Amino acid sequence: MKKVIVVGNGMVGYKFCEKFVTKEGSEKFQVTVFGEEPRPAYDRVHLSEFFENQDAKALEMAPRSWYEEHNINLITDVRITDIHRSKKTITSANEKEYAYDYLVLATGSSPFVPPIKGVEKEGVFVYRTIEDLEGMLAYAAKLKVKNPNAKAAVLGGGLLGLEAGKAVMDMGLEPHIVEFAPKLMPRQLDSRSSQVLQLKLESIGLNIHLSKATNQILGDDGYITGMEFGEDDKLDVEMLIISAGIRPRDELGKTCDLDMGVRGGIVVNNKMQTSDPYIFAIGEVALYNQMIYGLVAPGYDMAEVAASQIIGNIEVLMPAEIDMSTKLKLIGVDVASFGEPFMPASKGHSIIFENKTQHLYKRINVSLDGKSLLGGILVGDASDYNMLHQVFLNGMPIPEDPAQLILPATEGGAFGSALDLPDEAQICSCENVTKVQICGAIKDGSCEDLAGVISATKASTSCGGCKPMVTDLVTETLKSLGKTVKNVICEHFEYSRQELYGIVKAKKLTSFNEVLDACGTGHGCETCKPLVSSIFASLYNDTPNKEDVTQDTNDKFLANIQRNGTYSVVPRIAGGEVTPENLIVLGRIGKKYNLYTKITGGARIDFFGAELNDLPAIWKELIDAGFESGHAYGKSLRTVKSCVGSTWCRYGLAESISFSIELENRYKGLRSPHKIKGGVSGCIRECAEARGKDFGIIAVEGGWNLYVGGNGGATPRHAQLLAEKIDNETVIKYLDRYLVYYIQTAAPLMRTAAWLDKLEGGIEQLKKVVIEDSLNIVEDLEKEMQFLVDAYECEWKQAIENDEMKKRFSHFVNSDDRDDNLVFVPLRDQKMPKLWEKEVKEVTL
Amino acid sequence: MEEVLSKYKTVKADEVQVWFKAASVLAFPTDGGACVKYKDLQIAVFNFSRLNAWYACQNLSPEKQEMVLSRGMLGDQKGTPKIACPLHKKTFSLVTGENLNGNLDPIAIYPVKIEDNFVYIGFSE
Ligand SMILES: Cc1cc2nc3c(=O)[nH]c(=O)nc-3n(C[C@H](O)[C@H](O)[C@H](O)COP(=O)(O)OP(=O)(O)OC[C@H]3O[C@@H](n4cnc5c(N)ncnc54)[C@H](O)[C@@H]3O)c2cc1C
Ligand code: SF4
Ligand code: FES
Repeated sequence: MKKVIVVGNGMVGYKFCEKFVTKEGSEKFQVTVFGEEPRPAYDRVHLSEFFENQDAKALEMAPRSWYEEHNINLITDVRITDIHRSKKTITSANEKEYAYDYLVLATGSSPFVPPIKGVEKEGVFVYRTIEDLEGMLAYAAKLKVKNPNAKAAVLGGGLLGLEAGKAVMDMGLEPHIVEFAPKLMPRQLDSRSSQVLQLKLESIGLNIHLSKATNQILGDDGYITGMEFGEDDKLDVEMLIISAGIRPRDELGKTCDLDMGVRGGIVVNNKMQTSDPYIFAIGEVALYNQMIYGLVAPGYDMAEVAASQIIGNIEVLMPAEIDMSTKLKLIGVDVASFGEPFMPASKGHSIIFENKTQHLYKRINVSLDGKSLLGGILVGDASDYNMLHQVFLNGMPIPEDPAQLILPATEGGAFGSALDLPDEAQICSCENVTKVQICGAIKDGSCEDLAGVISATKASTSCGGCKPMVTDLVTETLKSLGKTVKNVICEHFEYSRQELYGIVKAKKLTSFNEVLDACGTGHGCETCKPLVSSIFASLYNDTPNKEDVTQDTNDKFLANIQRNGTYSVVPRIAGGEVTPENLIVLGRIGKKYNLYTKITGGARIDFFGAELNDLPAIWKELIDAGFESGHAYGKSLRTVKSCVGSTWCRYGLAESISFSIELENRYKGLRSPHKIKGGVSGCIRECAEARGKDFGIIAVEGGWNLYVGGNGGATPRHAQLLAEKIDNETVIKYLDRYLVYYIQTAAPLMRTAAWLDKLEGGIEQLKKVVIEDSLNIVEDLEKEMQFLVDAYECEWKQAIENDEMKKRFSHFVNSDDRDDNLVFVPLRDQKMPKLWEKEVKEVTL
Repeated sequence: MEEVLSKYKTVKADEVQVWFKAASVLAFPTDGGACVKYKDLQIAVFNFSRLNAWYACQNLSPEKQEMVLSRGMLGDQKGTPKIACPLHKKTFSLVTGENLNGNLDPIAIYPVKIEDNFVYIGFSE
């Protein structure tokens, strides 16, 4: 058997293994992989997700068992130190020698740390591995205990630096970006787009310092305290992340005399061969066409070429042109560039659309004859990136007036259907999947749906950027075959939520098993069970106590589960109005049960860290004091936020507090496809931010204006005007109709904003249904709402008054012990759950 | 934590040395689960009444390392009984312990028997 040794178990080294073992003939080779990191290869592209959940496993490219199953010998935590080309062996840091027939170097790169005085200080980090992130998290946590307003800087305003800046912000430190060049992302953006990006980033809280050369890292007792740029130009920071570019880890090539680039990198030809034909180099260590490609997609292509070459498919070669288009995954800001982003005027024309107030910038570069697209930049809205990128890659014709491609008015219109793309168009560049592979999988019957296509072709499984286009292609192909794309709930029910709602209502079904037996198959699952429960709740206002085993976990325990398995407790404080006495009650309870306490964005009080066993006792005390459930855990009405209105405010036109309390009490406990929030403002100054809610009411001269379908959060949307200058009763009448209509027809987990978007005819149609009664249903809608309102009961009251129902709030069935797995650590003057990764270290120390 | 995880090993029916009498069948919700304490182990036990079967597995979620699986939701995937973790709905086969919608390590599974309306869980020590 021939021996293949891969040095480096990073993204590309792993991809090589994955590609190699699926090739015919691979059984004649024994593959051994060395990785210097302690764990198997993980997804570095999504490294920043580690900040959210500290879940290293979730980032794994494949578990250790995968390597075993494919007969790959994976040796981690071992660095290779030498190559002996003459005898075709390598040696490891622990002085073992291994023989190879073919050697593949996939050693990647390391962050470049500029030789600035003081970089060795504590608190200075790089951003490349999980260990780097663990170090940062631990350091940031310590900093925040000392100083809750601590600042951290990122050196470098490129693609990675900005991602690191976001991470700093998420760690709760004040973020600063320090860039040497006079603009951000100097390699991908022109000056104007860079400025737009800067405005946008500043608006979300990043502090940006351009044209700054760092002379020195200042410190105290070995710890960083600041950065010095010039004599009187300093920035106080207590932590620094260096993101100033990468350097190939080419030391193995150097010591065994392979051909090297002048600025580093191991030279390869289009077979990925180095100057020694038995040694290949791929990924970020390989210098191809005098370039290092710092992206995964070219690395994956290199892996395919090297794997094919070694197996003997020598016709598979690396293309001469490599597409470096990128879409940034910076959360909250769209940035993309493709083809030639900057272009001299001699080569073509640029068309630029800019709107600084909305932080939008779009530029496309068109050939002199106006016939083809050469490249472009999108900042603020990159939703057209996939399509523009395809038009560019495939040299597709563009409209006579190319401006249509980026002007806001022609949304979608300029492109036509995704099916117009040429068959060989590469849709997923990471996994190298073409349009014909995606559509073909549906047409030849081997796949039935999106999930099938994804698992068969692997399209969209890496960076995920191509997912919208893959989805479009699958849907369009299915449609073209006359197959309706049916939104079935899951394998147990061949219906949409709306259809099932109709069936349950018509047949008057009241338990999950009845529904399953009447119109489903199998035994249910985590998708259909909560959905059916939500239908029951919407139809009968059943509380979750009735059939707790089919409820989502939050509904089951009438509390939101937190990341360590404890719960939060949120009593209703209608309209945000609370007496001092009641505040004292809340304070006493929080103290007694040692709960972390915080005021929420919905103007009420949230307790965290309650153990399951304590929930009934906590709620008993709350209920005895006159509180009731706030349904913060349910897909139901949360709060109706209000300003102080004419009761106190000198601008107020109406009593917004009284009205919001009335509305909150009317709709409390109402179960719906997703959560519902409301707001009432006493005048158009809109202090309650009512137009960011599912329903918003604003006082004007002559009555209330009623707005619907607003949203805050990740996809902010202003609510749209449903009716003007109406009185209190009319508001309630319209709201009743609107809410029940939404509950009956929306898909699961669809907020009102998305529902209104999907509703054919939009707000005008809604006006017809709700106000003009075009469907002749408003009477039923109102009756239904009145029934739900009358059926309301506080579910926590139910639960604590019934021993059978209370039983489920106990961690063990056979013991009164608590969960001994729970550990809390101090946070300012309160507590928080201990981070798991840190626990590992303590236990194993 | 790794140590906590390593305490949970699947016990096959023929490896049972101890049948631990956990609680009355009535202590467990129909088509739901509850957690049993045995020595320093936490075991999730499920009464899958639609299948007329009982299952037991570690209570520890291998994804988040929290003691929560007993509070998850029962279901089946193409006939295989499964439990969905309440934290992120990762699902595990109650027969093999395998993670059905991801690459997580399998969970440990324990035999269950019912005698005289009592639930017994099988352990190898
Ligand atoms: C935070 C971050 C975000 C990113 N985002 C994107 C993105 O959005 N899009 C994109 O296309 N790219 C992105 N990248 C770049 C992408 O991660 C890299 O292009 C890719 O990881 C390169 O793969 P590789 O296998 O060549 O190198 P690596 O993944 O670095 O793997 C090399 C491995 O080899 C090991 N190794 C090195 N020398 C030895 C030795 N002598 N012996 C044993 N083992 C050794 C290293 O420890 C390492 O584990 C990002 C990178 C980072 C850090
Ligand atoms: S919205 Fe108008 S009435 Fe309400 S607090 Fe603001 S200014 Fe006053
Ligand atoms: S383009 Fe990255 S996953 Fe498809």
